[in-house]
Amino acid sequence: MIDAVRGNDPGERSRALETLFAAYWKPTYKYVRLKWNRPAEDAQDLTQGFFAELLERDLLGKYQPAKSRLRTYLRVCLDSFVMNEDKARRRQKRGGQVLHVALDFAAAEGELDGMAIDAAQIPSPESLEEFFEKEWVRTLFMLAVEDLRKRCEARDRETTFRLFEEYDLDGEPDVSYEKLAQQYGMSATEVTNALAWARREFRSIALGRLREICGSDEEFQREARAVFGRNAR
Amino acid sequence: MKFLSDKAVERLREGANPPDLAGTRYALLERVAQGGMGVVYAAQDEKLGRRVALKVLDTPDQKGELARRLLREAQVLAQLEHPGIVPVHDVGTLEDGRVFYTMKFVEGQRLDKHIEAVASLPDRLRLFLRICDAVAFAHARGVLHRDLKPANIMAGSFGEILVLDWGLAKILHAPRNENRVDGDPETRRIEEPGVALAGPPSTEALSVTGHGAVMGTPGYMSPEQARGDVESLDEGTDIFSLGALLRFLWTQQPPGTPPQPLTRTDKSLEAMCAKATAVNPDDRYSSVRAVAADVSRYLDGLPVSARSETVLDQAGRFYRRHSVAILLIAAYLLMRVGLLLVTHR
Repeated sequence: MIDAVRGNDPGERSRALETLFAAYWKPTYKYVRLKWNRPAEDAQDLTQGFFAELLERDLLGKYQPAKSRLRTYLRVCLDSFVMNEDKARRRQKRGGQVLHVALDFAAAEGELDGMAIDAAQIPSPESLEEFFEKEWVRTLFMLAVEDLRKRCEARDRETTFRLFEEYDLDGEPDVSYEKLAQQYGMSATEVTNALAWARREFRSIALGRLREICGSDEEFQREARAVFGRNAR
Repeated sequence: MKFLSDKAVERLREGANPPDLAGTRYALLERVAQGGMGVVYAAQDEKLGRRVALKVLDTPDQKGELARRLLREAQVLAQLEHPGIVPVHDVGTLEDGRVFYTMKFVEGQRLDKHIEAVASLPDRLRLFLRICDAVAFAHARGVLHRDLKPANIMAGSFGEILVLDWGLAKILHAPRNENRVDGDPETRRIEEPGVALAGPPSTEALSVTGHGAVMGTPGYMSPEQARGDVESLDEGTDIFSLGALLRFLWTQQPPGTPPQPLTRTDKSLEAMCAKATAVNPDDRYSSVRAVAADVSRYLDGLPVSARSETVLDQAGRFYRRHSVAILLIAAYLLMRVGLLLVTHR
């Protein structure tokens, strides 16, 4: 993906950037709200300004996969950008390249409210780094779940997605394979098989998205292990 | 796009990260539980055609410390062949290097769920006695459980009660074995964890967990265990947990719940719970057998060692124990008095 961003093909470049922004804009927005304690409106401007700056200053072109993870690099760039906030705002006002990713800040703000985050509870830089990583994983998974939903619809497997949603996403305390089997008129074995399929697909989709937003194979291996544990492949 | 809670993200990580059982005799079925250092899956033993529970490490383990702990847990369980303790079938290593072991797959409910359907206090106390049997057996083999709580006790579909999750177990001393020559150093030697799977437990205090770490469950964990005083732990720490379990089975309320104002108190049960959960280990019951004996006496309507009774208490207990006979005799006497009054008119 980084190669596509650096390349000369405008179509490929645009597609790669949109993939990247889709995965990173929410963690960026929440991180700015939390670490920099900026009001929602400022955080929205800063998030958009940051991605505009990434393009204008070709920061992705300067990224060196051998030196750090892309996630860490972007977070460091973001910190530096927010520290020069006024300058960033001026850049944003000048306009710049257009992004085609819809940034639903209201939804992101609602998620922050729902999480009831207290900045005082995570004062250390390490905690904020973890927070950024956690939000990044959450966004990656949300995108993968959405892809899985579309894949299930395309393959007439809506029931499979509903089972996955009820068992793995909602996870009510009293949910069980037996209850789902009764509810959907299936056998427990069919529920087991459907969920196993959905999890395999989810994993494959999430890893596919992850591969797209990593700077190198080595980074992908590292990030896959961070997201899915030691036997991620 | 659906927002995912932290729990949902965690479930997705776990659900999408099944262990690769290639090269083993097992086929993965489903994830059934999450423990402190490992995940338990249902798996099919394809050679024997039976369902087993497979526990495997799920956290990074650069130094191999967790692998040694899991292996130790399997070894501890293998020493404890008892109907109340889940048996280990097999131990091995996955292709990715993670240690796993398999054990009997128990279909049933955790104790806290199970007792919701057990209305009678005597029935709940009889369950407690079976838990005591398993723990007393482990103590006789020189093993402390150190994490006894309702979530670690399973009630099977056929009435079996099994003590699970020996991940925090500590080996105190060699088992009592009449066939062994006492003092023979060769019979007491223990292999280093991770080197051999079979070997007698050690004479020295070995812990499945690291020394000095505070591990356990608040409310069920003894004060000395909560202090991290691992070296000094003995059977008293499990006796404390059993006392908390006894109170839970009696009140059906988790530890720390304020007493219900309308609950009728039972001084004998209260005394037994208080004695088992005394802050000072010396004030507790001397053994699990002693706890069980008191509970049995209580069930039989006999005085318990934990409490000195007044004459009134003794009379009340005597009445409760022999209420049918006393009522019959009283009815008979009343009838005789009535007859005498009628015949003397």
